Amino acid sequence: MTHDAASPPYLQVDDLRVRFSTADGEVRAVDGVSFGLHRGRTLGIVGESGSGKSVTSLAVMGLHDPARTKISGAIKLGGRELVGLSDGEMRKLRGRDVAMIFQDPLSALHPFYTVGRQLVEAYRTHHSDASKAQAKQRALDMLDRVGIPQPDRRFGQYPHEFSGGMRQRVMIAMSLMNDPALLIADEPTTALDVTVQAQILDLLADLQREFHSAIILITHDLGVVSQVADEVLVMYGGRAVEHGTVAQVMRGPQHPYTWGLLASIPSLHGDPEVDLKPIKGNPPSLINVPAGCAFHPRCAYAMKPEPCAGQVPQLLAVQADGHRVACHLPEQQRIDTYTDEIAHVGVAQ
Amino acid sequence: MTEALLRVRGLTKHFAVRQGAIGAKAAVRAVDGLDFDVHAGETLGLVGESGCGKTTTGRMLVRLLEPTAGSIEFQGRDITTLGRRAMRPLRQDLQIIFQDPYSSLNPRHTVGKIVAMPLEVNGIKPAGGVKARVQELLELVGLNPEHYNRFPHEFSGGQRQRIGIARALALRPKLIVADEPVSALDVSIQAQVVNLLRDLQRELDLAFVFIAHDLAIVRHFSRRVAVMYLGKVVEIGDRADIYERPRHPYTKALLSAVPDVTAFGEQRQRIRLTGDVPTPLNPPSGCRFRTRCWKAQDVCASEEPPLVAREGSGQQVACHFPEPVGVVSEHVSEVAA
Repeated sequence: MTHDAASPPYLQVDDLRVRFSTADGEVRAVDGVSFGLHRGRTLGIVGESGSGKSVTSLAVMGLHDPARTKISGAIKLGGRELVGLSDGEMRKLRGRDVAMIFQDPLSALHPFYTVGRQLVEAYRTHHSDASKAQAKQRALDMLDRVGIPQPDRRFGQYPHEFSGGMRQRVMIAMSLMNDPALLIADEPTTALDVTVQAQILDLLADLQREFHSAIILITHDLGVVSQVADEVLVMYGGRAVEHGTVAQVMRGPQHPYTWGLLASIPSLHGDPEVDLKPIKGNPPSLINVPAGCAFHPRCAYAMKPEPCAGQVPQLLAVQADGHRVACHLPEQQRIDTYTDEIAHVGVAQ
Repeated sequence: MTEALLRVRGLTKHFAVRQGAIGAKAAVRAVDGLDFDVHAGETLGLVGESGCGKTTTGRMLVRLLEPTAGSIEFQGRDITTLGRRAMRPLRQDLQIIFQDPYSSLNPRHTVGKIVAMPLEVNGIKPAGGVKARVQELLELVGLNPEHYNRFPHEFSGGQRQRIGIARALALRPKLIVADEPVSALDVSIQAQVVNLLRDLQRELDLAFVFIAHDLAIVRHFSRRVAVMYLGKVVEIGDRADIYERPRHPYTKALLSAVPDVTAFGEQRQRIRLTGDVPTPLNPPSGCRFRTRCWKAQDVCASEEPPLVAREGSGQQVACHFPEPVGVVSEHVSEVAA
């Protein structure tokens, strides 16, 4: 993460907190998350359902309902503070400076309008002086760029006439219409078959090189993150528990939750007779997050009651440059435990 | 080798549909002539992308769908056309676990009732009483037996999947068809359920047909693996053969498409298939994979390659131009620039 270290990151999130009030109580969906991301870099945010990974990205997009959401902290995009922006101001940014690719393109595209009409609309929203012909040309260029054959013919078709992989390409084309500096992809390949997923991941990597955008890739799939991301942020119970380069997090993870994820996934190459080492129990409810470290009830190494069940561990730098971990265990003990107990299980082997 | 527990020959399922403005009759050839055996205590993994027919196959095996053609022999007996009544005693030995732990449990029944249902339907009265047997089953799958009176909504996804497993085990089956049993679950919970199934297999000597799209999970769980494409098995063999020495181009491409946690920073040898899987309404002539295959020749369009063992290898492959025997699939380890 020495990349562009001198210049400030394009996206800087500081102590982001997102809370929803519900009938059952207040949901602390994101609870003090901080990270920075430079242009040209991809950050993978990993976590299981309810870890706060999608909520974090929706906050960056300003897509939460203000009536029932409390957002605090800072989200700076190209130096501009997004928290507290009005709807109108946010709308000007959205699609132009930051765009999003959703998991399910069928529900993210309007079924009654042709793909071309939706692409043109996305462009003209931010380029009010562009003629229809210019917008159409831009749409055709983008469809071609994302690898859709016969863009002229496809332009006039409806979303249902596309296959799953082609539909996701349309979503990507739409997100690129205004050349955004930050692209957020929320599980962009989860709904796709593995051979089509490989095509889409290659495409995203190519486009990033070409457009030099920053990408946040939200996924539960550590394989996808390893292939595409430069950095990884692991979330649990609404907090960041580990952050570092892909090599640091995948090859020398220091948080017991990250260990649990790696030891839970079978490997394509390791010894299939070695049993997986699952994390016991279930992820916490965000209405009632355990005190102290949110992971302590499931952690085999927790020091109870103090400090793990009493104090929230801070995300602190470890010896390796740029690697941060939120865990009360001493660093040397974490390194030893990983080497002795985890490094031969699941995909960690 | 002992006689197979399950013997499948020429298994076929065509769904009739109407197509186009005049509603012309057509058939979706979902499964088109499968042959495989499953032995007692063994797991056969069925792997493939959406639409390859793996779920349809699983449902036919437990007779939830009627095959269009072909035969299913279970313990030496042809069960392909048995009626409901004749099938009933066999259902004790042949069970299924479903993908979705939400829709496969009746929300109005207690867990106790759900797990006891197979006993009740089959008129089985366990020695210690139904309740004791159900509690024993709940304990076996790692649930609290005290939760006998709770309803499905009180359980998490992983726990619900355990309830489905307890129900499948109630009749002490010999073979369980597990259709994507973990794909709806979070990663950490997937591993819990996979370990549970492995423990149960060791303890109870169960055979499994394990259906999944996740190649790593199939490898972890199955000694033998069949790779399906558009309703056909394209390659079948031992785990090590399929994963280390794949001979069918599709198997190779599928394996090289899996994003691998252990391979970041390296450029593996990658095969990128273009396009999507063709529709089973009108599959390509000859070899069904030929439209996406980089090795395809004229013969691939005119002749369908049979699934056969070649050159003394136990691995069967349906391809006119298979990869040579014993060639370990290379992983080029250049550090990416």
